[in-house]
Amino acid sequence: MRITDDSPPIVSALDRPNSYIGRSVPRPNLARLTQGRAQFVSDLTLPRMAHVAFVRSPHAHARIVAIATAAAAKAPGVVAVVTGAKLAKVITPWVGVLTHLKGIKSAPQYAIAIERACWQGEAVCAVVARSRAEAEDACELVEVSYEALPAVADPETALESGTPVIHPELGDNLTFERVHVGGDPDKGFRDADAVIETTFHFGRHTGVTNEPRAILADWNEGEGRLTVYQGTQAPHMMQNLFAKHLALEEHQVRVLTKDVGGSFGIKVHTYADEMATVALSKLLKRPIKFVADRIESFVTDIHARDHRVKAKIGVKNDGTITAWEIDDLTGIGPYSVYPRTSGIEANQIVNLTGGPYTCPNYRARARVVFQNKNVMCQYRAVGHPIATAVTEGLVELAAAKIGMDPLEMRRRNLIPDDAYPSSGPSGIKFEALSHHESLAHLDAMMDYAGLRAEQKRLRAQGIYRGIGFASFIEVTNPSAAFYGIGGAKISAQDGVTMRLDAQGALICHTGVTEQGQGAEAVIAQVAASSFGVPIERVRVITGDTDSTPYGGGTWASRAAGIGGEAAWQAGKALRANVLACAASILQAKPEHLDIRDGAVVDRDGGNERLPLHELARIAYFRPDTLPPGFQAELVATRHYVPRAWPFAFTNGVQASYVEVDRDSGFVKLLRHWCVEDCGTVINPQLVDEQIRGGVVQGIGAALFEHCIYDARGQLLNGNMADYLVPMAAEMPDIEVGHVVTPTADSELGAKGAGEAGTAGAPGAVMNAINDALRPLGAKPLTAMPFTPGRILQALGRISESTPT
Amino acid sequence: MSERFHEVAVTVNGEDVRERVDARKTLVDFLREELALTGSHVGCEQGVCGACSVRVDGVVVRGCLMLAVQCDGARVDTIEGVADSGEIADLQQAFIARNALQCGYCTPGMLLTAQELLARGGVPSRKQIRAHLSGNYCRCTGYQAIVDAVEAVAKTRAEAKR
Repeated sequence: MRITDDSPPIVSALDRPNSYIGRSVPRPNLARLTQGRAQFVSDLTLPRMAHVAFVRSPHAHARIVAIATAAAAKAPGVVAVVTGAKLAKVITPWVGVLTHLKGIKSAPQYAIAIERACWQGEAVCAVVARSRAEAEDACELVEVSYEALPAVADPETALESGTPVIHPELGDNLTFERVHVGGDPDKGFRDADAVIETTFHFGRHTGVTNEPRAILADWNEGEGRLTVYQGTQAPHMMQNLFAKHLALEEHQVRVLTKDVGGSFGIKVHTYADEMATVALSKLLKRPIKFVADRIESFVTDIHARDHRVKAKIGVKNDGTITAWEIDDLTGIGPYSVYPRTSGIEANQIVNLTGGPYTCPNYRARARVVFQNKNVMCQYRAVGHPIATAVTEGLVELAAAKIGMDPLEMRRRNLIPDDAYPSSGPSGIKFEALSHHESLAHLDAMMDYAGLRAEQKRLRAQGIYRGIGFASFIEVTNPSAAFYGIGGAKISAQDGVTMRLDAQGALICHTGVTEQGQGAEAVIAQVAASSFGVPIERVRVITGDTDSTPYGGGTWASRAAGIGGEAAWQAGKALRANVLACAASILQAKPEHLDIRDGAVVDRDGGNERLPLHELARIAYFRPDTLPPGFQAELVATRHYVPRAWPFAFTNGVQASYVEVDRDSGFVKLLRHWCVEDCGTVINPQLVDEQIRGGVVQGIGAALFEHCIYDARGQLLNGNMADYLVPMAAEMPDIEVGHVVTPTADSELGAKGAGEAGTAGAPGAVMNAINDALRPLGAKPLTAMPFTPGRILQALGRISESTPT
Repeated sequence: MSERFHEVAVTVNGEDVRERVDARKTLVDFLREELALTGSHVGCEQGVCGACSVRVDGVVVRGCLMLAVQCDGARVDTIEGVADSGEIADLQQAFIARNALQCGYCTPGMLLTAQELLARGGVPSRKQIRAHLSGNYCRCTGYQAIVDAVEAVAKTRAEAKR
C-alpha cells in the first residue's frame, strides 16, 4: 500500500504546537464526492427553471442574413427564441484588452452574434424551453440564412495583404505584438562556436474538463437580484462582469460556486454563451440553466497553445550558452478573450524563454493574430509548456551538437543557487531558486548513470530508449502586476475571515476557491495551525460572493500561497482577540497565554486554563460577566497580496524515460520524474498530486491532444472519441521530489505548485523521444503532438507528405 | 407511429420505481432528471469517458449508451446505492486517504468500475488495474493515485480473506 506518509513538519516559525503545516491531511470535502453527494452546477435545479440551447454557426466565417424563428417558437415546451439583436437590449458587448499589453486590440464581442459569425460554433440564436431536450429539438427548427465569408485559418498568412481582415475597423489581423531585446544577442551569436536553429510547432489543444461548463442564472425581479450558480475559478471577477454588462450594481449580483468538475484555466474566462444565459434570465425573469454538451465544449471552451516558434541558440564548445532568439506566432481566434485577453500566452513565452539560465543575450518577437477558429486563452501553465519546450529543446540540441551530456550542459548554464536575487533574459525577477540542487536531486533519484548504461545496453539489442530533461520556472502567487495594473477588475489580493463559533469551532470564509486542488484542505490546515485548534474543528467556506472576503479565486497557482497566507494572518489576529478575551476571564496577561489544541493554555508549560467552547459560551451568552468596558471580538479578517515581487517564481526539473518503437512509431512512457521547489510545502500529498496531474496533462500535449482544423476553419475532431486524452493504461508512474526554498514575501513561505507538471512535461518528453531516435539519424522532432505518423516521418519510414 | 412514452419498472438501489419515460431518454438522464440521482455524471454522451457508469443487473454499463426503456425489469445500482449500502466503504476510504480524486466528477464512475475489478477477487497487477480503468477518463489526478488506492484495497481484501 503506497498511501503517502506524513512528512516531518518543517522547523521554522510555522512550527507551532500541533502544526498541520507539512502534513498530508486528507481533504475535508472528499467524502461527499465519493458518495455521489456533490453539488456540481449541472446537478442543480430551481423552481421555474428553464433550459437554454444554442443554434451555432456551422461556418467559420459568415454573414447572418436572416433568422426565421417562428417554427421554433411554436415547438413543444419552448419558452422563448432569442436572437443576438434582441438579447443586446439587456447585455452590452465587451472588448478583451488590457492597458499593460501595449497596443493590444480586439473587436466588441456580443453574447450572441448579431451580424456575423466569426468561428464555427459561435452561438447565433438561443432557444429556451422547459427541458434541454425540447430546447435542442426546437433549435433544429430555427432557420438561419448565412452568406459564407472567406475564413482566415492559417496564422502564417493572417497578416498578408491578400488575407481578408476579420474586423475591418481594426485595420489588420494583428491582435498584439511584443518585441524584446536583452543583452547583446548579435554579439552572443558571433561569439558562439555553433548556432542551432529550428522551428517548434505546438498543437492547439484544450482542457477537456470532465464536467463541461455549466451555469444557472436566477434573476429575481422582486428582489432586483441576480444569483448565478457557476462552475468558475473566479466568482468575484464574474460578479463584476455580470453587473457591468447587465447594468447592475455588484451588490445586486451573487455568484455561488459549489463543486466544479475540473477547471484547469478553462473556467476562468468570460464565455459568450454563459453571458447570454445570465442575460436570458434577466430578460425572461426566471432561472435559466446552460450546460455545454461535449460537442459544444470542443468548439467553445477556450483552446490554447497554437504556436509556431522559430528559435535559435548559440553555444560555445565548452557548453556556454551565448545567445537566444525566438520568433513566436500564434492565432487566437476572432476575439481576444475577455477580460484576461489572449495576449498573455505569447507574452509569457517572451517572459519565460531562457528563464532558468544565465545567458542574458536574448532577442524575442511574439505576434498574436486573429483567425476564424475558436478563441484561445489561458489554460493551465499559460505559455510555460511552450517556453520550456523551446528553451529545453534548444539546450538539448545544442548539447548534442557539441557532444556534451545534457545534464552537464545544464550545470554549466543554470543560474547558480547562490546568485539570487537574479533575473532572467527577459528581465523577469527571481527571489530565490534552486535549479542546481533540484538537478542534483533528480540525478540521484532517477539513477541517471544507471539509466544511461541500461539505454546503451538495450540499443545493442535494437531497443530504442531515450532520456529527456526539462528545467523550468513557474509563475505563481501573482501580484497586481498580472492583471490589475492593466485595468482588469481581477483581484490579486485575497482574504480570510475567521470566526470562533459558539462551540469553539473555527469557521473560515475565503475568497480562494476549490476546484479539486485541495484549497479547502490547505486553508483548514493553515487556520488550525495558526489559531490552535484540531483540524476537525475547522470549517472552510468558499465560492460565495455574498459571504466570502473579496478575492481573486483560484488560478495561476495562487490559492495556497496567497489564500494560505491570509489564513495564517487571520489565525494570528483571531488568536490575539481570543487571548484578550481569555485574559479578561482568567485575570491573566494575554502574553502569558496561548491557544493549543482547542483550549487556552499557559504559554509556558502548556497547562490548560480554559477550553474554547467555554470561552465562547461566556463571550456569546454571558458577556455580562466580563469586565466592564471589555468587548470580545471573536471574528478577524486579514488579507494578503504579494508586494515585494511581481510573482513568486518556483523552479524544478523533470525527466522522461521513453521507448520508441521504430516500426510503429509508438512512444511508450516508461518512467517520469519531477523535482520541484514550491517553497514551504503545506500538504505534501496535495503538492505531489498537483504535480502528477499536471505532468499527465503535459504528456497529453506532447503525445495526444490536438484540435485539428481544416483550411476552412472547421474543427475535424471535436469529440471525446477523436480528440485523444491520456488514459490510465498508457500513463507511467511519476516520481516526485522536493527542494524547499520558501519565499520571504510571506510568513508561510509557500509558493504555488499547480502548473509545474504541465510546464515541464512536454519538453522532457520531446527531448526523450529525440534522444531515443538520435542514433537512428532521425530528424529532431519539434512539432507536437508527437504522433506515430510524425515519428515515422522523422525516421524516414513514411513520406513527409503523408497526412499524420 | 409507435408509442413514444413507455412505462418502465426498475429497481433502483433496491427501491422499486415505476415511471413513464420518453423512449429516447438515456438511462443516465432518467436517473439524474427523473429520480434526482445526480451522483452519476454526464461527460461525453457517447460512451467514451465513463463518468456515467452505473451497474445494470450487476454489470457496469455506460448510462449514456443505454436507454431507460431498456432497463424495464432490471436492477440498477448507482453510486448513491453502493455508498449507502457500505459495499464500497473501504474503496471510498482508500480514495480519500490517497487523494485519488481531485474535482471528483469522474469518481462515481471510477469507483463502480474499480469495484467491478475488485469483485473478481485476487490482487490485480498495476498494469491490470490501469487497463481496467482505461475507459474512465480522469483529467485531474494523472491516474497514479487511483491505481494506488485500488491496489491497496485489493491487497487488504485479499488479506482479509486469508
